[in-house]
Amino acid sequence: MQKYSIFNLVKNAFSNHENWDLAWKDPTPKEEYDVVIIGGGGHGLATAYYLAKEHNITKVAIIEKGWIGGGNVGRNTTIIRSNYMHDENALFSEFGMDLWRKMSQDLNYNVMFSPRGIINLAHSDAQMNTYARRGNSMRLNGIDAVLLNREQVKEIIPMADFSENVRFPIFGGLMQPSAGTARHDAVAWGYARQADSMGVDIIQNCEVTGFDVTAGKINGIRTSRGNIKTKKVGLCVAGSTNILAEKLNMTLPIETHLLQACVSEPVKPILDRVVTFGAGHFYISQSDKGEMVMGGDLDGYNSYAQRGNLPTLQHVLTEGIAMMPFLSKLKMLRTWGGIMDMSMDGSPIIDKTHIDGLYLNCGWCYGGFKATPASGWTFAHTIAQDRVHELNAGFSLNRFSTGYLIDEKGLGTKTWIS
Amino acid sequence: MLHIKCPHCGMRSQNEFSYGGDASIKRPELNKEISDEEWDNFVYNRKSLRGKHLELWQHLSGCRQWIKVERDTATHEIFNTYKADEEIF
Repeated sequence: MQKYSIFNLVKNAFSNHENWDLAWKDPTPKEEYDVVIIGGGGHGLATAYYLAKEHNITKVAIIEKGWIGGGNVGRNTTIIRSNYMHDENALFSEFGMDLWRKMSQDLNYNVMFSPRGIINLAHSDAQMNTYARRGNSMRLNGIDAVLLNREQVKEIIPMADFSENVRFPIFGGLMQPSAGTARHDAVAWGYARQADSMGVDIIQNCEVTGFDVTAGKINGIRTSRGNIKTKKVGLCVAGSTNILAEKLNMTLPIETHLLQACVSEPVKPILDRVVTFGAGHFYISQSDKGEMVMGGDLDGYNSYAQRGNLPTLQHVLTEGIAMMPFLSKLKMLRTWGGIMDMSMDGSPIIDKTHIDGLYLNCGWCYGGFKATPASGWTFAHTIAQDRVHELNAGFSLNRFSTGYLIDEKGLGTKTWIS
Repeated sequence: MLHIKCPHCGMRSQNEFSYGGDASIKRPELNKEISDEEWDNFVYNRKSLRGKHLELWQHLSGCRQWIKVERDTATHEIFNTYKADEEIF
């Protein structure tokens, strides 16, 4: 594989950049693989990469129905954070933060990781207390957290509404300075390029139509481009998890819902942090191109539409304008939607299943993108060793029946409760 | 914007309704031995189908009745709506 470096850049300039290698190949599916990963999104690509890198398993195929990076890894709002209270989520995400910091070097691909900090705003004394508690929990787990008062927040984001007579005055906020953003497409492409270079077959435009399961063991999958034999299958299909689960006669504690995001027209730099509104569900950051990147609530009913509905967008942007009134003057450039695998307790599932050789990675809810490296790393471990790693031991499938829920914010599919 | 025909009030906009999830889920019967698995299926596990989906909505800013709606989860087409206690064949 050609290394991306200043020297190669100069070298290729002499041939008008016409002789760069393809970043990944377009192979036809082989008859058999050691591991098949279904879903060529961020998590699937990262899983294949860590299978090859950490476990020396390179006879791996990624089966993607569309094209890689066309799903949620290209549709999210690129926020990376580990500001969780519960140990399971906190330790897992903080492990991921480490991978994020090294990612550009590791993948030889600039993922433009920008640790600009995230601020969760508080709008009441009670909320400040909750944030103090969460911040303390984070610090106990080695995650940086700073509790800010109103004046300190005002210094960082003076463009927010600090006037006296607002419905939700800003009391302060909880900041994780090491959180940030990254370029989401580059994450997918970087993982794809490295996985491909180590021998992983990335098979696009190939839909999984069924599974060969005999005597509780997986023997292969059926796809639109032929049957593939394998002893291990990893499911990383986010919003399509329920569709494949149905083919396996499994009913899972997840529902598929639609989440929207949008960007404004590009403007000059004004916001150098990620900020979330504490009295509702709205988050915002500014991209390197200058667009304000915004998102918030689910559309509120089961959906596979991959495009959103206006009432929710209006509701979310109303919150945004309440928080930062200048947003009302901006024009909307683009809105889009992605379908989320919403788990019932708001936390993910990375686990083995009752079918031998079938591994499950789903339930990412609002936070799939930031989990990409840690999810790939732990899922690769789970598949390669046939047992969960301690980092994903809490994300078990049976926690719902045994009562070991991880109710981080009580945010699952039932947003109407929270 | 969805338009939902409330069986009590007629065609109304989505804003008046609140969503209640899968309507095909049945609570395990009372006075019967109930296994953990049955509870699990009732409380957490959902088919979340792509395509025709029978679901509960409440006409919250209207007659406040719970209703059943048969909707396509991919196209959002609404095929039919029923009263909450209406049997569907």
